[in-house]
Amino acid sequence: MLKDITLGQYFPGNTIVHRLDPRTKLLMTLLYIVALFLCKWFVSYGLMLVFLITAVALSRIRPKALFKGLKPLLVIIVFTAVINLFYTDGRVLAEFWIFKITVEGIQNAFFLVLRIMLLVMGTFLLTYTTSPIALTDGLESLLSPLKKIHFPVHELAMMMSIALRFIPTLIEETDKIISAQKARGADFETGNIFRRAKALIPILVPLFVSAFRRADELATAMECRCYHGGEGRTKLKQLHYHTRDVLCLLLGLALLAGVIVLRHFTL
Amino acid sequence: MGNAISVQDLHFSYPPQNGGAPYPVFDGLDVNIEEGSFVAVLGHNGSGKSTLAKHCNAILLPEGGSVQVFGMDTADEAQLLEIRRTVGMVFQNPDNQMVANVVEEDVAFAPENLGVPSEEIRKRVDDALKTVGMYDYRSHAPHLLSGGQKQRIAIAGVIAMQPRCIVLDEPTAMLDPHGREDVIRTIETLNRENGITVVLITHHMTEAIRADRVIVMQEGRILTDGTPKEVFTQVELLRSAGLEVPATTQIIYELNKAGLSLPLDALSTEECAHVLYETLKT
Repeated sequence: MLKDITLGQYFPGNTIVHRLDPRTKLLMTLLYIVALFLCKWFVSYGLMLVFLITAVALSRIRPKALFKGLKPLLVIIVFTAVINLFYTDGRVLAEFWIFKITVEGIQNAFFLVLRIMLLVMGTFLLTYTTSPIALTDGLESLLSPLKKIHFPVHELAMMMSIALRFIPTLIEETDKIISAQKARGADFETGNIFRRAKALIPILVPLFVSAFRRADELATAMECRCYHGGEGRTKLKQLHYHTRDVLCLLLGLALLAGVIVLRHFTL
Repeated sequence: MGNAISVQDLHFSYPPQNGGAPYPVFDGLDVNIEEGSFVAVLGHNGSGKSTLAKHCNAILLPEGGSVQVFGMDTADEAQLLEIRRTVGMVFQNPDNQMVANVVEEDVAFAPENLGVPSEEIRKRVDDALKTVGMYDYRSHAPHLLSGGQKQRIAIAGVIAMQPRCIVLDEPTAMLDPHGREDVIRTIETLNRENGITVVLITHHMTEAIRADRVIVMQEGRILTDGTPKEVFTQVELLRSAGLEVPATTQIIYELNKAGLSLPLDALSTEECAHVLYETLKT
């Protein structure tokens, strides 16, 4: 059951989208999100849709994988759609009991659903095409100006990459503990929600104890390998901006500008 | 050749836990490890062998006496990085010493910390991975590898620092026999071909046989010290320390007790088989 977690899932590949600098992809995602929230009416949403479809096609990620990412959000999407459908004032189209459906309601619901879907799929495209290490490297590099105000950028990136490194190890360990507790007669499947929550304690306690022990050993091993903070550290893979990165960012800015201009037209 | 590690009159005790008395480990330990040698350290749990290992690269500092590695005093904080670069350390659990989720990134961790330029890191990582025979796995995720493979990655991560000595603290304790053999062979190659001094702390007698020198520890003192043949022929002494002897020695020792007189120092399986064969023939 724990194997289903898709956090930070990455599909290796060698397409132009994969090869873009992680910083470019992070900035593009940011521009994309901002543009998405400034969208109004059909043409600008259409523009965003065309952009996303092009990016997905170039990355050769199967659209199925992107839709799979939407699944856990289905409830939220349906909920927002329904709320918007019934609770927007405007020209009444149909009315029954206490519900009113308005033209504006339909519009709002449609755009909001579209916005959420585009948002989720866009960010998923980032994690699908960028390895977690590249992502943390990119983040460290983008945030590095904050070092001037003593923000612990390197430490944050290091913590993120170690956390990502230990996710599979800890999942494996949790599975082992669950089996061990089941073999001792622990019951995780029956009873109400409180009983089940309480049944988690014999899993969490050993998991935490072992995580602390691991952390201690890891710290010693890191010290043995001369870790002494971010100062004077070099990188195996250094990040370089290429022409394609500049072009991509220009495209992102153009997209944002286009969306802002389109706000003034009802198209 | 000079000494790689030289421990003189070492005193050390662990701080008291739960208000008890401090737990003494060493009370005047002296030991020298010659440069280029392959030394196995044996001993029961609590004999102080892991504590000794941690003194070799300044993870622990002596309370009295001194530890010198290649002429550097471990208490000298100004040389801390150089000491840790010179004496690499590999631990028991491979999972708890890996930092990155790609093999080559993990091997690159130490040179990155040392501020080695990128191209040089690339070269060192490739060389280290080839030395341990894991080059083909360079872009794999460590958690998908077997225990023996992970431990070889950990060794690669240490040799990427280009150390002159490696201390391995029970590196094979969590491995299956196959992985254990791979790791020991890698260690032997490092010693014989790359001239790296190796200190191997182990529970397995079959591994200790392959060293040049065996040190047996008990309660923070050296019980006996010598070549594998010298050490393992002292069967009674080892047993009194609660240690096993190699299966080969065991067979010959029991046969001798039953009235035969075979050489006790036939340690390797081949030697032992040969001795038995000769005896059976006559």
